[in-house]
Amino acid sequence: MSAKFTVSFAGPLVSVQDDGRAGFMRFGVPRSGPMDRTSFAVLRRALEQNEGFAAIEVSIGGMVLKCTEGNVTAGFVGGNFSVSLDGQPQSPWSVFTIRAGSTLTIRPGLEGSWGYLGFCGKINSSDWLGSQATHLASGLCGHPLAAGATIEVSEAKVEAGFTCSLPIPDFARFSGNVRIVPGPQDDCFAPETLGALVSEPYEVTQDYDRMGMRLKGPSLTIAEELSMPSEALVRGAVQVPGHGDPIVLLADHQTTGGYPKIATVITADQDQLTQARARDKVRLVSVTPSEAVKLARAQHAKVTTYLESIAELRGTFEDRLRRSNLISGVVGDEF
Amino acid sequence: MNQSLIEPAIQPVGDSGLMVRFGAAVDPDIHAQVLEADSAISAAGIEGVTELIPSFAALFVGYDPLQTDFETVAAAVRALGPMKSKERTSGQIWQVPVCYGDGLSPDLAEVAARTGLSEEEVINAHLSGDYLLYMYGFAPGYAYLGGVPKEIQLPRKTAPVRDIPAGAVMIAGPQALVTTIKMPTGWWIIGQSPFQFLRPGEDNPFPLAVGDRVQFTRMSRDEYERAAGQGAKR
Repeated sequence: MSAKFTVSFAGPLVSVQDDGRAGFMRFGVPRSGPMDRTSFAVLRRALEQNEGFAAIEVSIGGMVLKCTEGNVTAGFVGGNFSVSLDGQPQSPWSVFTIRAGSTLTIRPGLEGSWGYLGFCGKINSSDWLGSQATHLASGLCGHPLAAGATIEVSEAKVEAGFTCSLPIPDFARFSGNVRIVPGPQDDCFAPETLGALVSEPYEVTQDYDRMGMRLKGPSLTIAEELSMPSEALVRGAVQVPGHGDPIVLLADHQTTGGYPKIATVITADQDQLTQARARDKVRLVSVTPSEAVKLARAQHAKVTTYLESIAELRGTFEDRLRRSNLISGVVGDEF
Repeated sequence: MNQSLIEPAIQPVGDSGLMVRFGAAVDPDIHAQVLEADSAISAAGIEGVTELIPSFAALFVGYDPLQTDFETVAAAVRALGPMKSKERTSGQIWQVPVCYGDGLSPDLAEVAARTGLSEEEVINAHLSGDYLLYMYGFAPGYAYLGGVPKEIQLPRKTAPVRDIPAGAVMIAGPQALVTTIKMPTGWWIIGQSPFQFLRPGEDNPFPLAVGDRVQFTRMSRDEYERAAGQGAKR
């Protein structure tokens, strides 16, 4: 059984993403995958999908889809969007079932830049180097979804038991504070410049896409003209081209570059940073590599605890009450 | 060969990687050490190491911060000992035709002005280079070639220019490359080539190997149009 959708409207940069194609940076191919991997992981768990799971990454522009065929359980997680099914508001992070003829509307809400729409089933889309992740800049694995596009979900299932409203956890919200590890080319900058980076606020600009986010604040002047041979760049790298504005590299980033990197955003803060919007203020805070490793592990533990709580949040209030009664062993014979 | 036994510098990159640096120049001997470290670290199977990315003079070693940390991985890399220059085998030689001028070389005049050469001298200098494929990077199939003659080496532009089309023949410092997809770049575009460094639909999308050599040859606008037309039909 498959379900089919027609895209009535899609904002810019709406694309199919899975976990990404890891291990091809040595051939110039970035991993791609979700901008906010944490929210994507929550959606995958909420829909009980496996490692190869692909979802639609919805940008701040939003999206409207009409289900033309089939019934399927779907979920939306990420940011704080306004989600409605046939005009009926849903919780911003929730799982619901879409039926043939229904219209799902996702509009930007109060906060957040990226959200994930997934299904109990497989989205049919292009595949390159073992991944369905769209690499927008190259077009080597599909293109952004636009009005008129059709989406087919094969092996579509209705899993009424997955229905839920999930609380938006603090760790998935843009906090305004982003921690960085200085380097590897921090020595290309004067001490005052490095000081300004962490003492003055920066602002997120409109120059923000899946490759990176340009920040505006005190200009980061390079001490001497650089002609360094290109070297590997990683997600989170804060690169400073000649214009002096820092650019944080994200999911579709270029794999190498020759501009100096003043710092790298720590793993634990990369996903929340992607939920920032243009004109949001960002305060950069410096930590050591070993502190950053500890923070990555602490963040992972928090996310794991949240993922494990999803099963408890399923169903109606009565369903949850019944389950808790089951656990404490005071429920009737019908079970 | 004492000069080939170099203790590399190891620097942290955020919380999930480190850079092993063998120098700061585009140099075949430094690059040979990068490739040696690439195979040695790959063979060592260090716990938690996720990805190795060789470049001109450095090797990036990525790790999973949930499994390991900078000190542990750096110690494991140091324990492999100094890297010897690998015996350089002669790679395959590829002829890459380029059409210069005729509206296909937006930066040729500027490169000539900045180097004090005529446009024809810039073209001849570019054609005279012996190019080595040092690494892939930046974007899918972008093959970084070292060996641009000194007289036409220029630093990058101060800001990248968006939407440079595939097939652009570019230079920056000692490096040259031919673009494979439309991307922003801060390099100087001096020509256009129909040669495809990236063949996404083929079993091996990256036909040139690191260590191969490239010779640029000159083609006329007519030859270019014919070759580009054939490429488009494929």
